[in-house]
Amino acid sequence: MTAVPQPKPARLPFRLDLRLAAPLIALVALFILGALVNSAFLSTGNLTNVLTRSAFIAIIAVGATFVITAGGLDLSVGAMAAFVSGVMIIAMNWLMREFGAGWGTVVLGMLVGIVVGAAAGLVNGLVITRGRIEAFIVTLGTMGIYRSLVTYLADGGTLSLNTQLRAVYRPVYYEGMLGIPWPLWVLAVVGAVGAMLLYFTRFGRYCFAIGSNEDVARYSAINIDRIKTLTYVLQGVCVAIACLIYVPRLGSASATTGLLWELEAITAVIIGGTALKGGYGRIGGSIIGAVTLALIGNIMNLSNMVSEYLNGAVQGLIIVAAVLLQRSIAARK
Amino acid sequence: MDPQAETPVLAVVGVAKSFGPVQVLHQIGLRLEAGQVHAIIGENGAGKSTLMKILSGYHHPTEGQVVLDGQPITLSGGPDGEARGIVLIHQEFNLAEHLTVEENIFLGRELTRGPFLDKARMRRMTREWLDALECRVPATARVADLSVSDKQMVEIAKATSRRLRVLIMDEPTAVLTPTEAAALFRLIDRLKAQGVAIAYISHKLDEVKAVADRVTVLRDGRLVASRAAAELSQDDMAHLMVGRELADLYPAKAPPSAEAEVVLEVAGLGVPGLVEGVSFALRRGEILGFAGLIGAGRTELVEGLVGLRPKTGRVRRRGREVALRDARDAVAERIVYLTEDRKGKGLLLDMQMAPNVTLLALDRLCPGPFLDARAETKALDRAVATFDVRAGRRDLAVRALSGGNQQKLMLAKVMEIDPEIVIFDEPTRGIDIGTKQQIYHFIAEAAAQGRACIVISSELPEVIGLCHRVAVMRAGRLAGILEGGDVNEGEIVRYATGLKTSEMKGAA
Repeated sequence: MTAVPQPKPARLPFRLDLRLAAPLIALVALFILGALVNSAFLSTGNLTNVLTRSAFIAIIAVGATFVITAGGLDLSVGAMAAFVSGVMIIAMNWLMREFGAGWGTVVLGMLVGIVVGAAAGLVNGLVITRGRIEAFIVTLGTMGIYRSLVTYLADGGTLSLNTQLRAVYRPVYYEGMLGIPWPLWVLAVVGAVGAMLLYFTRFGRYCFAIGSNEDVARYSAINIDRIKTLTYVLQGVCVAIACLIYVPRLGSASATTGLLWELEAITAVIIGGTALKGGYGRIGGSIIGAVTLALIGNIMNLSNMVSEYLNGAVQGLIIVAAVLLQRSIAARK
Repeated sequence: MDPQAETPVLAVVGVAKSFGPVQVLHQIGLRLEAGQVHAIIGENGAGKSTLMKILSGYHHPTEGQVVLDGQPITLSGGPDGEARGIVLIHQEFNLAEHLTVEENIFLGRELTRGPFLDKARMRRMTREWLDALECRVPATARVADLSVSDKQMVEIAKATSRRLRVLIMDEPTAVLTPTEAAALFRLIDRLKAQGVAIAYISHKLDEVKAVADRVTVLRDGRLVASRAAAELSQDDMAHLMVGRELADLYPAKAPPSAEAEVVLEVAGLGVPGLVEGVSFALRRGEILGFAGLIGAGRTELVEGLVGLRPKTGRVRRRGREVALRDARDAVAERIVYLTEDRKGKGLLLDMQMAPNVTLLALDRLCPGPFLDARAETKALDRAVATFDVRAGRRDLAVRALSGGNQQKLMLAKVMEIDPEIVIFDEPTRGIDIGTKQQIYHFIAEAAAQGRACIVISSELPEVIGLCHRVAVMRAGRLAGILEGGDVNEGEIVRYATGLKTSEMKGAA
């Protein structure tokens, strides 16, 4: 290729938006790296397995995209997942006595889960907006509360789903349609609905506006408290949906369920190109971010180069690197 | 007395200053002499603050020289000026809020004994400087806990704690009570006796008359007079500050008839701590101006009115009392407010034009839950056609637009809800003259369409050229409402500076 010197650099025929492209480029690079490290990486079994496991984080990250775009932060999602899972299991076991070990019980239990998730998100949202307290502090507090509630409900041990119910519920994680596991279908639906909400509704526009500049939003007659609270409710619902497909996987919940999921979800959102300070969000990016994290963990397991015990360290490095990269891209604009 | 006899401590010679294409100072010569108070007066925008910043090293002159002790110097910034004994006290405080008074005063030049801070000595010295100001604030108080006037005193104490040769004060008494101001004047006398040269900017002509040895008047960036204070009366000063013909910049005035419907009545409106007891009425088709000095409470008043700040008092819309608790309530009553802070509160700078234009009226343009891209494009078309918004591409971030185009975009944004009452706050700040004229015509047209307009402006010619009536505020209160022949700069300045107050005391 020959570069013709020009007084002004010619504009590319299309504008390559680095914020959009960077997560995808990273994903492709990971696939290549994975294939080089271990031939088993590209097998359908491995990839399906990795993607299915990434669905929990990806679904939570979709919710987190709304919260972060609107300038907030939710650190309680991991603890909330444990709490919702625990309550769901208790509810299903209890409902079984009334409705038997069938789909009726499971579906009712799922509804309970969604309601509990939404309520937990509502608590976060109301305390943040009505109490005028930093989201960081509030969700740090509820993180402790939700986590300790599970420990209390499980009496320090593990809450287990009745074995008969487990047999009924199990296929929701382990089976699928058209060769694709149910969790990935759920993720696809959550992602599509999330994208629709964020890009094509007034609610989504207001999220961008509030995260971009809360004063402008206030002067523009936007009901900031309501929109912000809604983002936390949405986050709670996403956590609950993640629990719907998490519970059938193990059939139990304990105080260690969902440990560090908040770190993974926030990392996924940031890798995906959403601005941590708010005002700009990408749903697709967040999903790609969650998949990226899962692939990195998988590659570390498959290779002998780095101990898999360092997975958390690698994730920590990635979130710092992603923010640095974002800033350098922003500075170039 | 021949002023050339002595070498001034600090002077500027033939100084001009331009910001981009806009020249804000033309050929200014000024001498600050030891033991003299030199007052600099002029309207907002006359160039006083720019001149002060050149004197203190924050700005470089585009032309001309700054001369210290007869030697031309180039100051590399405020700290350089301070190192040479030239201290500027800003209108905004330059204090670290969370540190104590003594920590602030010694910030960056702490006294030590060995590796440790010598707190006792710093405290003792701080006490001495504060005592000189008759200021009772404890040296160990946190600055954040101080009142505004005490903060000002700390600023002044900080300045006097240095080897001071030139003290430049920008409206120092704006936030002081009369007692505190008297203490400041006594301090000024002591500093004069020590041979400090003082530049003193103030809008309060009585103060200038009392404290100044020499008065220089700026107008539109030019020096129009520089005389001994004894030769000038306060009325002379007001006349010199104003003395200008109105250009043909403004549309013809068409005041509403006396029978025009009263669309808004405000009674005893207050904003706690900032505004008190303001009452006025607004008619359909009227343009009511709000004049006053910066800090007189005009913006706070209207922000309280539209629910962006907590308020007291009553608002009646078409005779019906309304609460207006937030901007949504105001929009529901078809009242909109164009903020003076278009970058901080008016526009989403990183977003494109269309989402900005539609933000306020989004629920009208897109009544369902979903956005309507076509309706938004049409709104932007309207904005471009009606308000002549000029941008190379439509997908630009609003940040990339010029100030004038941003202002027009903000106008288009509020007009999208088809308001009946429009409040413009400094609608032409930082905008070139051509765009100003366009905006004046938009405002006049809005009034002609039957909308009631309020225009807050610190530029007096603008208020006079555009508005049918002018309310003048001073220190959070309405000093008077001028009509007809009384709407002129002299009258406004007299009300705004406290030379004159109307007999409205009983109304509150």
